[in-house]
Parts: sequence; structure tokens; C-alpha cells
Amino acid sequence: MNFKTVGSPLARSGGLERVTGQQKYVADIKLPSMLESKLVTIDSAHAKILSIDISEAQKVDGVLLVMTANDLPHPVPRFGPQIEDRPVLADKEVKFHGEPVALVVAETIEAAKQAACLVHVQYKELPAIFSVEKALDPSAPLVMDPFLRPNDPKSNTNVFNEHRYGWGEIDESKADIVVENTYSFPMVTHFCIEPHAFIAAPDKDGIAIWSTIQHPYWLQKIIAKLLKLPLSKVRVFAPDPGGGFGGKQHTKYEPALAFAALKLGRPVRLVLTLEESFQAVRRTSCETHIRTGFSKHGRIIFQDIIANYLLGAYVDIADRVVGKGSYAGAGPYNTPAVRILARSILSHTSPATAFRGFGNPEINWAVESNIDEAARLLGIDRLEIRLRNLAKKGDRFIPYDKPADGDWQQTVIKAAELIGWNKPPDPSHHRGIAVGIKLGPTTGLSYSLVRLLADGSAILACGTSDMGQGARSVFAQIVSEELGVPYENIQVVMGDTATVLYDQQTSASRSTVLMGNSILKACYSIHSQLKIKLARAYQIEESQISIDHGIVKFPDHEEEIPKIIKTVLGSLGGEIIGVGEERKEGEKNHPLGGSACFYEFNCTAVDIEVDEKTGDIIIARYATVSDVGKSINSMQVHMQDEGAAVQALGHTLMEHYIFDEKGRIRNLGAADYKIPTTMDLPKEFLSETVENLDGPGPYGAKGMSEGALLCVSSAVASAVSEAIGTTIRDLPLTPERVWQAIHLQK
Amino acid sequence: MAKPIPIEINIDNRNYRLEVSPSMRLLDLLREKLDFTATKECCSIGECGACTVLVNGRAVDSCLMLAAEADGATILTAEGLSQDGHLNDLQEAFLEKGAVQCGFCTPGQLISATYLLSHNPHPSREEVEEGMAGNLCRCGCYERIIDAVISVSEKNGGEK
Repeated sequence: MNFKTVGSPLARSGGLERVTGQQKYVADIKLPSMLESKLVTIDSAHAKILSIDISEAQKVDGVLLVMTANDLPHPVPRFGPQIEDRPVLADKEVKFHGEPVALVVAETIEAAKQAACLVHVQYKELPAIFSVEKALDPSAPLVMDPFLRPNDPKSNTNVFNEHRYGWGEIDESKADIVVENTYSFPMVTHFCIEPHAFIAAPDKDGIAIWSTIQHPYWLQKIIAKLLKLPLSKVRVFAPDPGGGFGGKQHTKYEPALAFAALKLGRPVRLVLTLEESFQAVRRTSCETHIRTGFSKHGRIIFQDIIANYLLGAYVDIADRVVGKGSYAGAGPYNTPAVRILARSILSHTSPATAFRGFGNPEINWAVESNIDEAARLLGIDRLEIRLRNLAKKGDRFIPYDKPADGDWQQTVIKAAELIGWNKPPDPSHHRGIAVGIKLGPTTGLSYSLVRLLADGSAILACGTSDMGQGARSVFAQIVSEELGVPYENIQVVMGDTATVLYDQQTSASRSTVLMGNSILKACYSIHSQLKIKLARAYQIEESQISIDHGIVKFPDHEEEIPKIIKTVLGSLGGEIIGVGEERKEGEKNHPLGGSACFYEFNCTAVDIEVDEKTGDIIIARYATVSDVGKSINSMQVHMQDEGAAVQALGHTLMEHYIFDEKGRIRNLGAADYKIPTTMDLPKEFLSETVENLDGPGPYGAKGMSEGALLCVSSAVASAVSEAIGTTIRDLPLTPERVWQAIHLQK
Repeated sequence: MAKPIPIEINIDNRNYRLEVSPSMRLLDLLREKLDFTATKECCSIGECGACTVLVNGRAVDSCLMLAAEADGATILTAEGLSQDGHLNDLQEAFLEKGAVQCGFCTPGQLISATYLLSHNPHPSREEVEEGMAGNLCRCGCYERIIDAVISVSEKNGGEK
């Protein structure tokens, strides 16, 4: 296929606004007569609220409202994407460090901040649960009130849900060795450089919300239900978020702002501090106990996995994270017998939510590390043991799901070559390699609207959120390819539920595939309309006209679409409108409610040195290879994979919440919670793709951008084990931990 | 209320004469009072670099400086980088090299890079890494940001 724009490394659509500072994020928006607000929190992870005295706060000049749960309808309205467990403001009890007990609204942010300090909350501290072990103790206090889940036999425990998957019979006698270990994955936060921000404003007889949200239509549904308004009266504006990574998928403090704005009849804004965003969102931490049986030839005989994921005080989307993240837990291997038990465990911590990789990196860390250990015990090369077990294209490696949809061997071999696996490393260098797999979306619904205008330019409206992944560019390239409109003449409109057609959500690396297909269909609809109109204009049969990649082919000549649009539209001008709809229906009896649309597959290989004196890990060379089916924008694909790698180096080497004995986070904010900087990069950074045009998206594309994060910890840790001769099974691999591992064995 | 302080300040080639409260940060003056929203707020404690501006040619975290301290100063924000509607070399390079994902850290990155190149026009890769280490990018564009800075240095005559 000859592409004109698809596949090209075109500069980011929306890039111009971003390098000139013109891009408006939510916190940059000012509405007339807008009020400012501040959350009131207490310094406790779990407490019974005895009283809230707002009298002093109300006296502060400019304060208009100090809203507590008492000012809300009774019972206190609750919401959540999976279960409606989260109160709009703390309801008699604070269940995590940073849960807001009140919202102060004032004319200025200074007044709101000052008044927030003067809200006096009397509370009784209660024991806080912030570890798997404590949460599972039968004497532990219950995090979730049992009335929220009637008829659930687990409601008298802190286990919210248990997910069980598997096939085959686990038979230890057939395994020559069984490797059994426990691995822990830390509690980390998204740390978007743009902290969450929200505005709520009365809008005639409805409400308008501006939010840094990834899923505006889901927010619209939740607000409509809470305020008892029709969907049509809830307008959500979702300007491009400044990073999301999953942490901006779901509703957080928008409901509280909505109630306040309606009460006061004026717009109210809330911009979180970075510290508050740390308390608002985090990744599920996880302890994985794993037993893997191998034949002496390195064949995996069975995987027996118990993964205990720690959720926060409210479920958010985290139980889905656990269910979907553990589902492919046995990895991309042909495994005869698998038993997976993944638990969603509640605790008095920040509500865990989606985070790039959606529960998969947590379990990948255990599975891939165990394979390394077996390779060492059996004397088999770590690349070789993976290739012996890796599913081939078409293999049903999960018996009841989509078969392997890529030549994954090609990906692994490419990564191995990039790192020079078959050549001995430089003296003092050590290598690691690992693979990761993740299911794409299991259901989906994306509409799009393409308008071909009278001058041959085009406007695309679609409900995807472009939070940095570059969806605008990818979609504009598809429209450009199909309609022949120059890339720079395409305007992409997003982020307004009143004017942009419905899209289910921006998650699971779905948008290139599902929205991409929707946009293709919208373009094909324009092709059909063009053919009808052209047949009429030229008095020929419709069947004598074909359209291919923006070129109209007549029996005797060819024309680019923009060149003939005037002929088609006539003297009145106007436009041709194409609507696209792409559905991925659920499947009733499927354990996840639907099979995988595609798999994201990645292989990461590293070459490292360990400084034995300091415990520092220096990454000399880093190779990441993803099977993306087809790159629509080759530069952006590499940008995503490099970014995923850097983000994963964070939870691999340095990031983790630190709690005190009462469950309060002690390292809130940028000074005490370290993320990678320019000083933490691999010395040599290689990113490659495998493109066999075998994905379900436009031109054979698969979803991507999460894959390159999945197995980074395992690859790095594998190299570290080689270097120091002992294995660390707790992330992150901080210098302190590595130093101790080196020196404690001596 | 403490007495407002009169200041004169030049921001992106525009002169302002106004009164600020003694506790107002330079960042608030820019973003809230004068609507220079290119300059972003993230960590508020001088760790992330999102609010970096040039004050009399030096890179400063505007969350750590009081507006009153900027009396008489010349400020450059990312909004002042384009000249006559044309992107400058750094802005072009950021787009060309793919150094922009979500874009929230970009204004601060551009200003830090401007400062780096102003006092070290031909930095080595290590010097760029060090010079840009105060600007966090959670999208992980670092490699490309460094490439962009080096490409501008090379365009201006030079490899070290």
C-alpha cells in the first residue's frame, strides 16, 4: 500500500499551541465572576468525624460557602465507576489521608486557603489499614461499610472482589522444578505535571463542568445522575489534559464543585496542588505469590499465582484493574495449566485507579522474574527459555480468548539483537530481557464526525482525549490519507460533550484502533456521498468511480478530492458530512465481559552496570521493541514507547509512597518523591517496532503506548540479579536496597 | 491586609506598572493577575521547573520568587519566544524532534533551554542533561528534549 501521510513522522497536531504557550489547560481558564475553592482535609488516614466548626472560616473576608456533607442531600450522594461507594465529601468518617471533609469557596484563592485553615474538625483517630497483611487480618476494621454491598458474602471482610482464571490441571509431578517466590510492587502515583483541575458553572437550567478528565462522557453520566439532570443539561468540557496516564480517567472532585456552583449560582474552580493529586490517585500496589513449574528443558508446566492487589478506601476503577490486569497474568506463553487468584483488597489509602499498564506490570514483575530464576536453575539462557515457551501467531495461549495476534518471536529477537544478546557484554556489564503482554479494550463504542468543507479543508470532531499520546495527529493523518486534505488543513475538535459525538473512553490504548476505525468509516461515508454526487455531475454510473487514498478515479482520469469539491458542492458551497461508528460489543459469558480487541506485546532488554559502592544502577543501553501492527505516526510511536520506558524506570528504580505508622503519606510532593529526570536516562536508548499490518485498526494498526511499560522492572531486575548474584524481589530497586543486597550476602 | 507594593516590570516586551501584595509570587502575578498562562504551576516548591521564566536573563522558578522582588526586572516567558508570529529555533526543534507530548512542562523546558544556550551556546550532551535536570517531564520526552537543544546548538555553528 502506498501511503501519503500515514506512517510519516509528522509533527504533533496541537504542537504549535504547546510550544507558544497558547494551549489552554483547565487551570488556565478564567470564567467571568468565577470563584476559587480549597479542599479541607485532616492529617489522618482513618478517623471518625465528631464535629466540624466552620464559624471562624465563614468570617474570612470573601468567603461565600464552607460546604460539608451536611450541606449535601441526605443520604450523602455517592458515586463511582464500578460501585457507588465514594461520598461527594467525607461522610462521618475519613477513610484515607487527604479525603476532603469540606470545600471552602471564596472570591479569591487566598481567602479560600486562609479559611480552609480555620475550619476546625474534631475527630477521633481510628486504626488505619495500609498493607495487604493488615487488611486480610480477620480482626481488621472494615474499610467499606457493609451496607454499600448488600448480598455480598465478602462484605464483612476487606476483600472487595476475587478474580479467578485458569485452565488445565496443576500437576506438580510433571514439573522437574517448581520455583516459588513472593514479589512486591510499590504504591506509586501518576505525578502528571498538570495536577487535576476542575471548574463547575451553572449553565441555564443545567450545569457545565471543565475537567482534566480523560473520560468526559463518563463524567457527564455521573454528574447527571447525582444532580438528577438529563444528560443534555450536563455539558462537560475536557480541554487536552497535561498528562493523564490513567489517573484522570474518572470523576474525583467534580461532584463537590457542581453542588457548590449550583448553590452559589456562580462558577467555582478547584485546582489541586501536586500533594493533593498524590492523595487523589495512585497505582494499585501488589504482592504476588507465585509458583511456576518447569520441565528440565525449560518448558513451563504450570503457573499458580495469587496476586493481592491493594486498593484504596474507595474502589474507583481499581477492581477492574485487578480483574483485567491479572487475566493474562501467565504471560504470552503456551502454559498447559494456569491458576490465577487475584484479590481486590480495600485499605485506608488513596483510591487506586487506572495507571498505564492497567494492573499488568504488577503481575508481570513476578511472572517474568520467576522465569529468570528457573533459567538460572536449569542452566538455560534467559532469552532461550522465553522463546521455548512463547506463543506463536494463532496459538490460543489463553484458551478462551483471542489467539496470539502477532509474530512475537520477531519482536523478541529484534530486542535481543539490539542489545547484542549473543555477544558477551563488556566487562562489568550485565544484561536482562523480558516480555510483556496486555489486552486491548474488551468493549468499546466510538462515534466520529468528519466534515469536508467547501474549500477542501476538513474538520474532525471526536471524543477522544489527547493527553499527550498524540491522538490528534493520528486522526488527522487518517483523514488526510482518506480525503486527500493536507494534514495542516485539518482541524481536530475534542473535549465538549455538547458538540462532539459520544466516545466511551480514552483508555486501554484503544483510540488509534476504535476511534481510528470510526474515523475511517466517516471518511468512507464521505466517499460514498462524493461518488453519488460526482456520478450525477459527470452523468456516469456510480460504479465507474472509485476513491482510493483521497484520489477519485474516473474512467479516463484521476483527481484529488479537494480539487473536485467545488464541482460537487456547487455554487451554494456547504460541506459533506460523514459520521462514523465503531463498536466492540461485549460477550456475555466471557470472564472479562469481552475478549481482547488486540494484544499489546513488547520486549525490553537492558545492559547495565551496578556501582557496588553506592548501589546505583547505571543503564548503559536500553532496547524496547513493540509489535504495533502499523505505525500511523512513526515519530509518535517512538515517543510513546520511550516515554513508557522512562515512566517505568520510575517505579523500577526510585518511586514509592512512604507511610508513617498511622498510614499517612510522608513523601507527598516533588521534593521527597523522586521521578526520573534527564540525569536518569539510559546512556543509549533504542526504540524499534515490528509492523506486520496484522492489527484490527486502520491499515493494520494495533493499539500501543502501554506495552513498553509492562516488563521494564523484570528486565532491569534480571540484569541486576546477574550483576550482584542475588535476587531482589521488592521494587523499587533503590540504591539502598541494591547496596544492602550486595553487602548482606557478603 | 499588608500594604500593596508598587512595582514596574517588563514581561515579554510589555511594560507594566502596578501594585502587588507583599505575599504575591511572581508566578501569581504572571498567571492570575496578568493572564500569562503559558507559565505553569505544578509542584509549587521549585522542584519541577514548570514555572521557569527568565528574570533579567537568569532562569528562575517563578513559584519561589515574590512579585515584589521582580520590581524593575525584565521577564521572559514562553509566550515571548516567538518573534513576529514566527517560532524561534528552539520551538521549531521541539516540534521537529518530538519533544512535546502533553505540553504542560514545555514552556518551562523551553525557557530552561533558552537559558542554557544563552550562557553555553555549544553544550555537550552531558551538559544538556545537567542543564535540563530541573525540568520534570512525566511523558518522558527527555531524550528528545536533549536532542532538540543540541540540534539548535549545532545549527548555531556548533559542535563542541
